[in-house]
Amino acid sequence: MKSLEELKKIRERVQGQINLREDNDEKQTRVVVGMATCGIAAGARPVLNKFAELVQEKGLNDVVVTQTGCIGMCRFEPIVEVYKAGEPKVTYVHMNADKAAEVVEKHLIRGQIVSDYVIPEV
Amino acid sequence: MPEISLNILDVAENSVRAEADHITIDVSADSAADRLTVLIIDDGFGMDKEQVAHVIDPFFTTRTTRKVGLGVPFFKLAAELSGGSFEIDSVKGEGTTVRAVFGLTNVDRMPLGDISGTIKTLIMMHEDIRFTFRFGYDGNAFELDTAELREILGDDISFQEPEVSAYISEYLEENIAEVLDGKTI
Repeated sequence: MKSLEELKKIRERVQGQINLREDNDEKQTRVVVGMATCGIAAGARPVLNKFAELVQEKGLNDVVVTQTGCIGMCRFEPIVEVYKAGEPKVTYVHMNADKAAEVVEKHLIRGQIVSDYVIPEV
Repeated sequence: MPEISLNILDVAENSVRAEADHITIDVSADSAADRLTVLIIDDGFGMDKEQVAHVIDPFFTTRTTRKVGLGVPFFKLAAELSGGSFEIDSVKGEGTTVRAVFGLTNVDRMPLGDISGTIKTLIMMHEDIRFTFRFGYDGNAFELDTAELREILGDDISFQEPEVSAYISEYLEENIAEVLDGKTI
């Protein structure tokens, strides 16, 4: 069984690294996942977890992953909105964990919107 | 909702919206009584009797506040379809307890599903809320309290740090597997 002792060692390792990192109060990009009943039922949980995991893993310090309630288009859930500073909002629909990984790689890292998953603004 | 864990995630989000500081999620299976009991306890702002009646009735929703939806009715239906029961105890200003009891071996009971995924999502997304998670099967049990994690980590290390989040995932998965001891729910 994993113990809390291990967490103490992690704290010692991580503490040093944190102080070196710059303060990220001013995040540049927000990834918002719809997590109301409709989103959760459609599979938003693995999408949110995949974004959170990859953003941390790849060290994207200017990206914050968060959740919101019902976005209002329940039939398109899971829905993910990406807000980049100075750019119009991009809304991805019918997402899953694999598509989330693709959005991280292409949109968040390389700045290329994955148009196949985007719902156009009306 | 294909799994009980997704219902738990959804209903626990109501506790978050009720401005709870402390949310307890207790999942326990009892094979002798043939029951799987899920408790979600919060110290949020609570509801009066009329509001409770609203949240359990999907057709009574007036939608003027949009506070009420299908989450609770889904959870209630899932429990009752498996021969179980469902109740909400709430005191305005003190908090709310949701109790869903499922028939453990009932064929109409949906699987528990990815409970560690649900707990992890809640912990990561709401770092400033204290979560206590208890998981038991017959005699075996384990508990995770984020207050303990916070005490060890101090205030400046986020649960979202890759090493910490990986630790929380593994901690949940390993301890749940140990409690289940090869059984599946």
